[in-house]
Amino acid sequence: MPTHIAVHDLCLHYGDTCVLRNLSLEIQRNEIFTIIGPANSGKSSFLQTLNRLNDLHADFRKTGKVTLADVDIDTIDVEQLRARVGIVFALPFPLPLSIAGNITYGPRMHGVHQKRALADIVERSLREAYLWDEVKDRLHLPAMNLSGGQQQRLCIARVLAGQPEVILFDEPTSGLDPISTARVEETMLVLCKRYTIILVTNNVAQAARVGTRTAFFLMGELVEVGATKDVFTRPSDPRTDEYVTGKFG
Amino acid sequence: MNVRTQQRVAVTILFLCTVLVVLPVLIVLAIITYKGMSALSFEFIFGMPENGMNAGGIFPALLGTIYLVTGAVLFAVPLGVLSAIYLVEYSKDNAVSRLIKLAIVNLAGVPSVVYGLFGLGVFVAFFGFGVSILSGSLTLGIMILPVIITASREALESVPSSFRTVSFSLGASRWQTIRHAVLPHALPGILTGTILGLGRASGETAPILFTVAAFYLPTLPESVFDQTMALPYHLYVISTQVPGIREDFRFGTALVLLLLVLILNLTAIILRYRFRKKKRW
Repeated sequence: MPTHIAVHDLCLHYGDTCVLRNLSLEIQRNEIFTIIGPANSGKSSFLQTLNRLNDLHADFRKTGKVTLADVDIDTIDVEQLRARVGIVFALPFPLPLSIAGNITYGPRMHGVHQKRALADIVERSLREAYLWDEVKDRLHLPAMNLSGGQQQRLCIARVLAGQPEVILFDEPTSGLDPISTARVEETMLVLCKRYTIILVTNNVAQAARVGTRTAFFLMGELVEVGATKDVFTRPSDPRTDEYVTGKFG
Repeated sequence: MNVRTQQRVAVTILFLCTVLVVLPVLIVLAIITYKGMSALSFEFIFGMPENGMNAGGIFPALLGTIYLVTGAVLFAVPLGVLSAIYLVEYSKDNAVSRLIKLAIVNLAGVPSVVYGLFGLGVFVAFFGFGVSILSGSLTLGIMILPVIITASREALESVPSSFRTVSFSLGASRWQTIRHAVLPHALPGILTGTILGLGRASGETAPILFTVAAFYLPTLPESVFDQTMALPYHLYVISTQVPGIREDFRFGTALVLLLLVLILNLTAIILRYRFRKKKRW
């Protein structure tokens, strides 16, 4: 499979604190690349570098290079980049708009205004996120009225509305019950046929369930990366072994 | 004293202090209503002053105050809201922005008579607007600017940061984020601040003293370069400068001014309450 995102010698700093050191890895098209590791290991910071959300922090600095489809992400127009690399956060953050209003927010910001086109986007995105049947009769009701699991799938649909290439998931199920979690995981497994997915998770079992390849981050360093099966069954680094078997973390 | 008695004494003292705070408000309201109520009539509110202000009405003063307050708001709201947006959404936290914020806080503490002198120096004399509605409005506008900036800043800052993050993450630019994800939710707070500023502007005497207020005018103002009568100044005039004005006229004027300010403040409170109830985060 061709490389979609390539990271060369990436270092991330907030002020004087280094949160990620000398990271180099490649993420392939249509895989579910999972990143596991304890808190403060630089997982989320890495994720937010890929669509330059980190740039919003005044004291954030990065060195090294990240390419998306062989183009340096710093040379891509940042609004375009964020549409191409969507992100789903740990907590579902619906905007205080209607369900449809949430879905069309991104496209409207990128200049789509025809009613027909927006309605199509709403239906397509909600179907892709397996939410259409549950909400099709109340698209104009406030998104805040949905349940937590539905809100999270709405957030996925909202990202899909921008027709991204890559979807970043930042611990997307940490606030959800097991059944909602299972539905989000199923959605991811279907979505990876059309999108590249990068999943950061605190839930080691989740990484094992959905991952194509898995990377283990520890204290800002990449300890190990490989096929998910290998990382879980015969890790090459003893620290990985200890983490995935639950000895620390 | 045992703990229980201490507790009882403390509560009693705190309660009495609270009552003491409310009491003057009630007494002022009661006296002014009692003495001014009999003057209130259609003619008093909508009539021109006659017979050396001892008969007729206060319409020119009421209208003048409405003009002045409108002018002040037209000037101060755009300026205040836009600078609040800049301070909250764009400026970085550095020495310059801290200095600006400090200046705004201090602007709120400047005595109103100083604003009056400032208006006299800058608008009346330097810009040559003369003693006019324009000068008075601008002076009042500058006086309520800190109120509006502070209220707008608080309103903007109270919009959850997740709205901004989500908006950015969906590829919106900073201005689109402000326009679509922040401002709509800050608007109620901004509106409330504006109305409070209105109330403040309508009651002040010192800023209009040198810049616009007329002792007595037989006609209504026709342009922004005309002088006008204004309620607070009219009250001052008939209470202290002209001897022998009927008591109910003096208190009636005070009552109208008080009602104007109370209605404005009440509107602000009701609006704030209604918007809070609609809020879902």
